[in-house]
Formats: sequence, structure tokens, C-alpha cells
Amino acid sequence: MAGVSVTFTVNGREVTATVDPRTLLVHFLREHLKLTGTHIGCDTSQCGACTVHLDGRPAKSCALLAVQLEGAEVTTIEGVAGPDGMHPMQAAFKEHHGLQCGFCTPGMVMMGIDIANRHEAPDEATIRRELEGNLCRCTGYHNIVASIAAGASSMRG
Amino acid sequence: MKPARFRYLRAASVNDALQALAENPDAQILAGGQSLIAMMNLRLVKPACLIDINRISNIGYIDEDGDGVAIGALARHNDVKHSPLIRERCPLLTEAYESIAHHTVRNRGTLGGNLCHADPSSETPAVMVATGATLMLQSLRGQREVGAEDFFLGTYETARRQDEMLTEIRLPGRRTDGWAFAEISNRHGDFAIAVIATTLRIEDGRCEAARVVASGVGEHAARLEPAEEALIGGPIDDARLDAAAAAAAGAVDPHSDSHADAAYRRDAIAALTRRTVRRAAARCD
Ligand SMILES: Cc1cc2nc3c(=O)[nH]c(=O)nc-3n(C[C@H](O)[C@H](O)[C@H](O)COP(=O)(O)OP(=O)(O)OC[C@H]3O[C@@H](n4cnc5c(N)ncnc54)[C@H](O)[C@@H]3O)c2cc1C
Ligand code: FES
Ligand code: FES
Repeated sequence: MAGVSVTFTVNGREVTATVDPRTLLVHFLREHLKLTGTHIGCDTSQCGACTVHLDGRPAKSCALLAVQLEGAEVTTIEGVAGPDGMHPMQAAFKEHHGLQCGFCTPGMVMMGIDIANRHEAPDEATIRRELEGNLCRCTGYHNIVASIAAGASSMRG
Repeated sequence: MKPARFRYLRAASVNDALQALAENPDAQILAGGQSLIAMMNLRLVKPACLIDINRISNIGYIDEDGDGVAIGALARHNDVKHSPLIRERCPLLTEAYESIAHHTVRNRGTLGGNLCHADPSSETPAVMVATGATLMLQSLRGQREVGAEDFFLGTYETARRQDEMLTEIRLPGRRTDGWAFAEISNRHGDFAIAVIATTLRIEDGRCEAARVVASGVGEHAARLEPAEEALIGGPIDDARLDAAAAAAAGAVDPHSDSHADAAYRRDAIAALTRRTVRRAAARCD
């Protein structure tokens, strides 16, 4: 199959690659760029483990083809930390025990950042509604909700 | 690799996409990918060619169209859900969106792709039929308009021909009508076990027109005409509500699956009919 050339930005760095058109973004991130923080839970756009930000908005990277991203800006979990260490949302997950096995966590953090971007001081009901697309099999969600509330509050400073 | 091999074509214009559809009889359009890529990952579908319409500019519009609304093929679910114009002119669709998918899926998925996908449990086809929407289909051979009632033909089956692209959805303006949407699903945002979308017109206390449309209980969204007939001709009182609920339950022949059996779905249709008709009637005042 003839490869297709694509150029886009991942975590602020421009990448150019020739890919088989059927390469999913999540596979491109994990296998070509070795950014294995983005996880694959279902690869049918259900579970949210593969959530990244595409041009600033959350997207399921298992339901996007790498070739679709020409000119786009993608941020993964590896790209959220600043020079001073963890992103406030990551720090909140650590502080509030928002993870057990950690499989869903990268997607939860990416979604948590988006929730904080769209809602000022999100309450529990808002956070639970917004998390409908992110599944966790371990925690029972309680501490994830608490982490996102705390992370949102520290993101506002 | 999850999906089977395909050729990838990026359309720069609607004409480009129509040309590609005409030249590649084995092609499928890629819109938001929220149904198509998932099905390709499972290899339930293996299109030999994908025509990506995401880079076509100016087809994500939501515009006034007379007293109705015209929606372009690339309007994303979240754009439609949060559109003040749609809330004003087709609030039934805004209400239905409270039950459709979740934020991340709605960021990418399009109303047009949702309608072309024609899942039998989808909410939007019921809204299209209840409001009398028109779908604009375009090919190199020309353009045609298909009413929503004639568009949905079966499970994942529509009146769209292989070389046609859905380019626009037209919602009529119906500001004086009462309307209501209700569904039962396993989880908020999931596909529905049963859906009813209702529109009513009441003049001088008399129900003059009604559409009661079900989804999730047959191969496609469909009007429940016996329920509509039970409502028309008098006031929406308890007797008419009872008659319409019973007629609605009698008009469907639902399937049983792991989510709900046929008897449950029939009861759900009766309850949702009662709920939506009552709410729609109250909104007519
Ligand atoms: C977790 C999850 C929950 C969901 N919940 C719901 C729900 O509650 N209710 C619901 O209705 N849906 C739900 N969906 C499906 C969602 O609404 C999809 O967005 C929609 O079904 C498809 O739209 P799309 O733009 O993503 O189309 P695609 O997936 O890109 O395409 C779908 C089909 O339509 C064709 N197509 C797309 N656009 C056009 C066009 N302009 N002309 C001709 N053909 C076209 C494609 O070729 C393909 O066959 C859910 C999906 C997920 C992943
Ligand atoms: S892996 Fe993408 S949503 Fe589950
Ligand atoms: S922490 Fe294990 S799946 Fe969420």
C-alpha cells in the first residue's frame, strides 16, 4: 500500500511521516513516536483511554487516522507537564489517589483538563456527566471526581 | 493494524467528493468517524476506499433557511447541540441531544454522518421524521430532496445511493408546535432501548395534527400512526392520552435483546408516548 505523507504537531514538536492510511492516530503515537502514555482500551471510541487533545479539544485517538491530521496540533499526556514538573491535574490525581491500576488515567487526566477548561469550578454532578465517555474499571470513580475538582481549582490558581 | 487496507482520498470540495464517489463504487465517505472507524477497527466493514470530507471548508454551517434551519454535512454534534438557532427553531432536536453520546464523541461526530449511519436505536432519525425534515442528496447526476420519512429504510439502510453525498439537512420552522423527546437507555448517552419524539399542533383546545415517532423498537425510526389518530380531533385529556399510549404500544413489534425484551420495549413505548404527549401539549399553550 502506498504510504501517505503527513505533517502535524505533537506536543509542540513537528513530525513528518509516511504512513499506511489505515494507521490509527493512537497506533502512530504509540508505535512510531513511542509515546505510550496514550492507552488503548476498546479501539471503538467507547472507553476514553486513548483521549488526546486535537486542536485543543478532546478526541478519541482510536477513531482518527493519522493521515487525517495534516496541519493539526495534538497534545498527549506526555505533553501536559510543564518545566516545573507535573501539570496541576496530574498532581491532583496523585494527591487524591485518583488511580489504581492507572490504565484509564491518561485519558482521565486529558478529559479532566478539558472539563476544567470548559467549566469554572465544576461541581460533582458536572464532572460525573462530563466523564460519561471515560471508563474506569478500578476506582469506582469517587477519587477521580475528587481529583478533577481539585485539579480544576488549582488550574485556576 | 486494526482496519483492513483502503485507499485514502482527501476531498478539497464537495465536487471533489462527488467525483471520487462516482469513480470509486467501493468508496465510503469519512465524516466524524465515530461509527465508521469503530466498525472498520472491528472489520465489520472494509471499504476499499475512504473519501475524507473533513477538510472541505464551509460545509459545517448551521444557517437560517426561510423560517427553518439548514445544516451542512460537517456540522458536528456539539455545534448542533449548542446552536441557539436550533434551540429557537427546532428545540426538539436540542432536547434529543441531551441523550446523544458524550462530549468527546460529539466533538467529532456529525449529524449528517449519524443520519447516514441509520442505526435503528439512534435518536436523530426520530427527530427528523417528527419535524418533517428534508435531506439533500447530491451526486454528479444532480441533486434531490428526500423527506426524512422516505430516507430511513432499514437497519443501517437509507435511500442514499452509493454515489450520493448527504450535503444538507433542512429543518422546517415550527415555532407554534408543541414538542417533546424522551428515551429509555441503559446509561445516559447510550443508544436507546426505546425513543419517542412527538410534535403536536393544538388550536382552540383541539389537537389538529400530531406526529408520534418511535426509534429503537424496529428497523428504523417510524411514525406510529394509530397513536397519532388517537390524539387528533379533540382535547389532550386523560382519555386521549390512554388511547394514544395503548395505540402506540400496539403499533410496534419490538425485538428482544440482552438490553430489554420485547414486552419491556412495548411498555416503554406506551410510557414514553404518554410522557411526551403530555409535555408537548403543555408547550402548545
Ligand atoms: C461511545 C459512543 C456513543 C454513541 N452514542 C450515540 C447515541 O446515543 N445516539 C446516536 O445516535 N449515536 C451515538 N453514537 C454514534 C455517533 O452519533 C456517530 O457520530 C454517528 O453515528 C456517525 O457520525 P460521524 O460523523 O462520526 O460519521 P462516520 O462514522 O464518519 O460515518 C458514518 C456512516 O455515514 C456515512 N456518511 C457520513 N457522512 C456522510 C455524508 N455526508 N454523506 C453520505 N454518507 C455519509 C459514512 O460513509 C458511514 O457509512 C455513539 C458513538 C459512540 C462512539
Ligand atoms: S481506545 Fe479509544 S475510546 Fe477506547
Ligand atoms: S485505575 Fe484502573 S481502569 Fe481506572
